[in-house]
Parts: sequence; structure tokens; C-alpha cells
Amino acid sequence: MNTKIDIKNLQLMIGKQQILKNLSVQIPENKITVILGPSGCGKTTLLKSLNRLTDLYEDVVVKGEIILDGENILQSTQDVTAIRKKMGLLAQRPYPLPMSIFNNVAYGLRISGCGNKKNIAQRVEYHLRQVNLWDEVKDRLHEPAAKLSIGQQQRLCLARGLAVDPEIILADEPTSALDPISSQAIEKKFVELKQHYTIILVTHILRQARRLADYIVFMYLGEVVECQPTEDFFNHPKEEITKEYIKGAFN
Amino acid sequence: MKSKQIEEKIFKALMYISLILIIGVFLLILVSIIYKGLPSLSWSMITQTPKGGFYYGKEGGVLNAITGSLYLSFGATLLAVIIGIPVALMMNVHLKKHKRFVSGIRFFLDVLWGIPSIVYGAFGFTVMVMFGIKTSLLAGIITVSLFILPIIIRALDEVLKTVPEGLYEASMSLGSTRSETAFKIFIRQTMPGLITAILLSFGRAIGDAASVLLTTGYTDHIPTSLSQQAATLPLAIFFQLSSPIEEVRSRAYASALILTVIILFISLLSRYISSHFKQHQIKF
Repeated sequence: MNTKIDIKNLQLMIGKQQILKNLSVQIPENKITVILGPSGCGKTTLLKSLNRLTDLYEDVVVKGEIILDGENILQSTQDVTAIRKKMGLLAQRPYPLPMSIFNNVAYGLRISGCGNKKNIAQRVEYHLRQVNLWDEVKDRLHEPAAKLSIGQQQRLCLARGLAVDPEIILADEPTSALDPISSQAIEKKFVELKQHYTIILVTHILRQARRLADYIVFMYLGEVVECQPTEDFFNHPKEEITKEYIKGAFN
Repeated sequence: MKSKQIEEKIFKALMYISLILIIGVFLLILVSIIYKGLPSLSWSMITQTPKGGFYYGKEGGVLNAITGSLYLSFGATLLAVIIGIPVALMMNVHLKKHKRFVSGIRFFLDVLWGIPSIVYGAFGFTVMVMFGIKTSLLAGIITVSLFILPIIIRALDEVLKTVPEGLYEASMSLGSTRSETAFKIFIRQTMPGLITAILLSFGRAIGDAASVLLTTGYTDHIPTSLSQQAATLPLAIFFQLSSPIEEVRSRAYASALILTVIILFISLLSRYISSHFKQHQIKF
């Protein structure tokens, strides 16, 4: 099992509040790693520090190392846009860009300057097919993305992210705003996508973690409590607090 | 429970009164300029410049002021848009991290918004005297654009503030730079609001008399270059209204009617354009 991302002693402060406390986690390549934990434990913050979205906010200080393909991406000399292109982000609720369905997928291709019109059209079709959205939207590609249903929008956001050729998919509770059928579609897609992508999924839904995860990172109050393969995590949790969480004591 | 219902009724009544008051004032203004202005409104009023004796009630029109006002306000709005949009985007995208600095800028812009236009006129005039520039359309355009700049920036700024963090993150995580996010995403998302901001400042530009009085001058001719003086509708209304002759005063109301119709037309146009962009807006 190859390690795709190696997080070493990651600390993150917002003002005086410490959100992440000395995290060390290894994310395996071409697997689904689920970051599990109760609300407010720093799951989302961890995810956002991976593609340095945390840079965008005031008073955020990040220390430690995040090593991706042998390079520490937290170094200030790193090209942030290049790092972000390596990771597609799927947020808690879909945020389509304020443009047509076609342009939503084409946007990433255009800003990275790839290809002519024909090439872009082919790529857009390919990625829309990849998320099973093509048949639903092929007749209205130039209508606003805002007119799609929430479930369709989330799949569009996935297609848009895949179009910039990432190696990693960061998903932050991607099904929390969706109906069960749309959620299932996204989950199914993730299982297919893991052959080619490293997927990091944040969730607080135990059953979703059990269905999808190859590997589970359990977080509590800004710390990693334990990391284990899914089977071991559910059957032989090491820590007392993990056992309680699995039993549902937190809910 | 009962006192709450009474409270509810009182506030409801107060709101109705305010509503009626506002609509009433608006109708009163509209009716009075139509009533007093319509008899003098003729084809020659909008197609001719003042002939000899126009200011004694003889023939001619205010085409000089109509074109002057349109040149001036389009020019000033264009200039303010070119400068203002990047400033507003910068405040909301590039400087997002520096909240204290941005709130300082907002404070200064609000102060500038509150300064009366005559002060801008006086300031423009002082600068013109310093550099030996005569009153001209260009001097007017620059002065008026300074005067409407805080309006357009703050109006757009308020709209840009409503762009959700998630959309910003979505754009950035696709590998956009801040400028791409600003010009390709934020502008599109806020297009209807942007058009309203432009309209608001255009309305202020075309309706202002004080700032152009000292900087643009007044002439009976249609300006053919930026270095010439230009007439404006508010000043045309002012000059005609202060005349002792009945016909001339009536023409002042006709000019006011023309000004109102121009603003109405621009409003309708901007509504039409912004409704076109609204469909792309992501609702939250």
C-alpha cells in the first residue's frame, strides 16, 4: 500500500484557538479514506488544509508538514494553484458556478488553458458521462446550472472537479444535503473512482463510513484518536472513546 | 397576548402610512411635472437647441442639455465603473483576509458618499484653476465620476459581500487565481446587483446640478469635443425655473419631465438586462 499523502505533526490555529493538535496521518493511494468524528472535531479543517484553502482566511496559522508526492505542500514556495488542481473538492452542499452546465465543467479546462473548442467539448461530455449526468443534461447543456436539482448539481460539481485532472478527491460530507437516491449515486461513483483516484471523505455518518471506507481515521477534539482499516476499526477498536462513538453514545 | 396584537396592529398601520406617504410623494412629483410640463413639451423641445430669444419664451429646445447630460453621465459612469469595479472586487476577493483594512476602506468610502456634491464641484474647480483648465465636458466627467465613485463601489461591495464562502472556495479549489475568481465568478454571480449599482450611480450623475455648475459650465451648443463646455438638464431646469417669464418656467417642468423619462428608460433597460443575468445566479 503506497502512501499518497503523509501528514506529519500538523497543527492549525485560528487566532488563539487550536483547531488541529499535532496530527499525524498517512493517506493511502487509490483507496477511500474516511475521516470520521463528531461535529466540530476539525474534520473539515483538516480537509481544507490539504488543498490550502485555509490560506484564504484571516488569522489561520498552520504548522507541520503535509507531504504529497515527496514534497511538503505547506512550504510557501509551493505553487498553490497547482496543488489545488491536484485535488478536486466536493463540498457539503453543491456550489455550481454561476454559468451554464457546459461552462461549469469547461471552466477548469479553460483556466488551465487546455485545448481548443472541440477538445473541451469532448472532455465536458466525457466527464459528464463519468458522473452519469450526460443523459439527463445533454439537451440543455447551455441552460444555467442553477436550474438543476440539488442532486444533479452535486454530480455536476464532481464532474467539474474531475475535469481538471486531479489525483485526489476531497469530499466534505458530500451527501449531507442530498436525497437518498442522489446520495447513493454519489457513493456508487466513489467506489468506482477509487481505482484511479485517492479519495478522502469526511463524514459523521457511521453507516456511510462502513459502506465506503477502506481505511478510517477517527478524530475527536482536534486530535486523531485512531486510524485503522475499516474492518478492524468497527470490530476491534483500540480506544475507549472510539468504542463509545461506534455504539452511538455521542448521538 | 392582547397587548402583542395591539402592538402588531400599530406597527402594521405605521408601515401602511409610510408606504402611502412614499407612493403619494412620488405620484405628486410625477403629476405636478406632467401637469406643468406637458403643455410646453413639444417635438422642437427635444430636437432643437436654444434659438435667439429662447430664454424669453421664443422658439428652440433643450437638446443641448439633453445631449450634454447624456454625454456627461455616460462618461462619468463609464469612468467610475472602470475604476470602481476592480476596487470593489479587490476589497472582497484579494483583501478578504485583511478584514480590518477593508473595513477602514469602507469607512472612508461612506464618508465620501456623504460629502455634498457641491464640495466635489468646488474641489474639481480648485484643481482646474491650479492646472489652468477651463470648464469643459471632460472636467465635468472627471468631477462627477469622483462624486459617484464611492456610491458605485459601496453599492457593489454590499452585493459582493453576499457571495457565499462556498462558491469562493469552489472556484479557488479548481485552481483559479484570485483574479480569475473575481472577474469570472464573482462578477457573474453579482451581475444583477452590479447593474443596479451602475444604475444608482448613473441616476446620481444625471441628476446632479451642483458638481457640474463649476466644472462643466453651460452652453447653448451641443458639445462636439471633450474640451468644450456642455449644458446639463438639472442646470437647464434651474435657469429656466428662475426666469420671470411664464413660458420659460413651464419649459423648466418640461425639461424635468424629459429628465424623468430618461431615468425611467434607463431603469427599465437595466431591469431587462439584469433579469437576463439573474437566471445564472446561484441561489442560497
